Amino acid sequence: MDWKQLWEILSAADNVPIIAMIPLLAFYMYLAWKQAHANDVLIEQLAGDAALAKTHHRKSWPFRPGWQKEVHVWPFLLRVEFLAAIIVTIILMIWSITLNAPLEEPANPNLTMNPAKAPWYFLGLQEMLVYFDPWIAGVVMPTLIIIGLMVIPYIDTNPLGAGYYTWKQRKFAIGTFLFGFVILWVSMIFIGTFIRGPGWQWFWPGQNWDHNRLIYEVNRDLPDLFGITSNWAKGIFGAVVVGGYFAIGGMIVNGLFRRSNPKDYKRMSLLQYSIMMTFFLTMVGLPIKMLLRLLFHIKYVWITPWFNV
Amino acid sequence: MPEENKGNANNGKSEGLLKRVTTGVKEDLESLKTDLPAKAKEQVEILSKPTKTQVYTSIFRHKHDDTPRNRALGVLSNVFLHLHPAKINRDAVRYSYTWGMGGITFYLFFVLTLTGVLLMFYYHPSKVQAFRDVLYLEHDVPYGKLLRNMHRWAAHLMVIAVELHMFRVFLTGSYKKPREFNWTVGVILLVLTLLLSFTGYLLPDDQLGFWAVTVGTNMARATPLLGHEGPFGSQLGMTPYNDVRFGLLGGSIVDANALLRSYIWHCIGIPIIASVFMMVHFWRVRKDGGISGPAPVVLDSEIKEAKK
Repeated sequence: MDWKQLWEILSAADNVPIIAMIPLLAFYMYLAWKQAHANDVLIEQLAGDAALAKTHHRKSWPFRPGWQKEVHVWPFLLRVEFLAAIIVTIILMIWSITLNAPLEEPANPNLTMNPAKAPWYFLGLQEMLVYFDPWIAGVVMPTLIIIGLMVIPYIDTNPLGAGYYTWKQRKFAIGTFLFGFVILWVSMIFIGTFIRGPGWQWFWPGQNWDHNRLIYEVNRDLPDLFGITSNWAKGIFGAVVVGGYFAIGGMIVNGLFRRSNPKDYKRMSLLQYSIMMTFFLTMVGLPIKMLLRLLFHIKYVWITPWFNV
Repeated sequence: MPEENKGNANNGKSEGLLKRVTTGVKEDLESLKTDLPAKAKEQVEILSKPTKTQVYTSIFRHKHDDTPRNRALGVLSNVFLHLHPAKINRDAVRYSYTWGMGGITFYLFFVLTLTGVLLMFYYHPSKVQAFRDVLYLEHDVPYGKLLRNMHRWAAHLMVIAVELHMFRVFLTGSYKKPREFNWTVGVILLVLTLLLSFTGYLLPDDQLGFWAVTVGTNMARATPLLGHEGPFGSQLGMTPYNDVRFGLLGGSIVDANALLRSYIWHCIGIPIIASVFMMVHFWRVRKDGGISGPAPVVLDSEIKEAKK
């Protein structure tokens, strides 16, 4: 256990935001879960009691007759905003006094930094470079993430859960988002920051970042495992496998989705449904490709003269 | 008085003029003795009620009495505060619901603009001076180190705040009808925030920024169709000297042009674009009916299915 190494990584000035982000994320997830749970309990109660549903004010916070439904922005909202601004300023001041922004040696194109890391918020994408070619990891995926986020409101046809925390009314949407945001985005940043060392090799926390370490990894392509040698056959084989993933995966997700969310299934148009399926399967394909690489040392699935997947 | 004017021109009557002047001055002094105290008293009375002065009423267009009307006007007639409605849902001020992350993001943008402008006074975006300017900032400029630290950490904090804001908006389903469009504007703002942070990364011109931007822009080589190493790139005539990466860096390597480009994008280009999107974002929050909730819960049985 190399404590010095661990401390060096954890205390690197630019890594502090990530360390700060984890308790922050945990706190806000707890805050959201608490309110979602309270609302779910209330929803269940109201669903079972039609008379109460007619009279209840329908929030998990107290409301008594006689209380005004609206309050003045000044002072009730503005004081919160001003207070938040002051608190953020104090945090920033203390942070800036106690911790210096990193400054390395002057830029030197002849001396490569090892590991050369992107800013922390892009480390998830840099980690993707291990598993995918740069055109997928660096260009296609960011584009798909942006477009995928943008289409969310147009493919989520579930009218429930607008304006309040809930889990039971939106299991699929929230589950998918948590998977994408917490499991993929945040934990990949975490791996990229704390696990990846020189040569972008995998170092467990506390392991010494040995710059001379070599790993003899024999990565194979999927077609090779099946003894396919001709380029034409490789291209066709890859297309079949990738197409098969989308077809079979699509069938499985479709089967699960229409059983667990029958109303949404009915509400969604063909376009909405196929867009949702495409993005969902692409997102799930990410960890599958990662596992293929990490567990079975498989590099490419689909090989063509122009691009490899 | 043409007669008198005529007389004035005559030197022989100058004695009469002197007399008239002295009596006039005496009269003025007499009047001052009585008028000055009276006016002074009047002035003190006016100043003891500053809110009644012309200067005050010209700036603040309404009274400062503690009435509901004035509380509302205080928000509505203020250019900085009129983004808010006069009144809001009593639960909408709950921090546990909103997390305040959108507002904090905006505040951090404000802090970054302020510290950024101050940093610009000491920074030249050239290969010769950039790194030295940062050293100068850190060691010689009064509070220069604090300034740079604050800019850096506020930028990191802004990325976190933006992500948490998006997380909250998702968890409360706030992107649902009628707020779909504002969510997409928000996604663009997220991207712009990341780009702002990324373009600033190169500016100290140190190893950290240089290699981060090298790694980042090397991805652009692989852009399908538009990058010289991307799928179908070479077939379309892309080389290191005409592809999308060349356009981003202003050259085939991260050098002086890349520094200048990233400086201009960082300080001028993206802030302007982001400001425009922010205006739309805030405007739409109001036009779409204020913040989404906390709304009363809706039961599954109450949803009426639209006829197809």
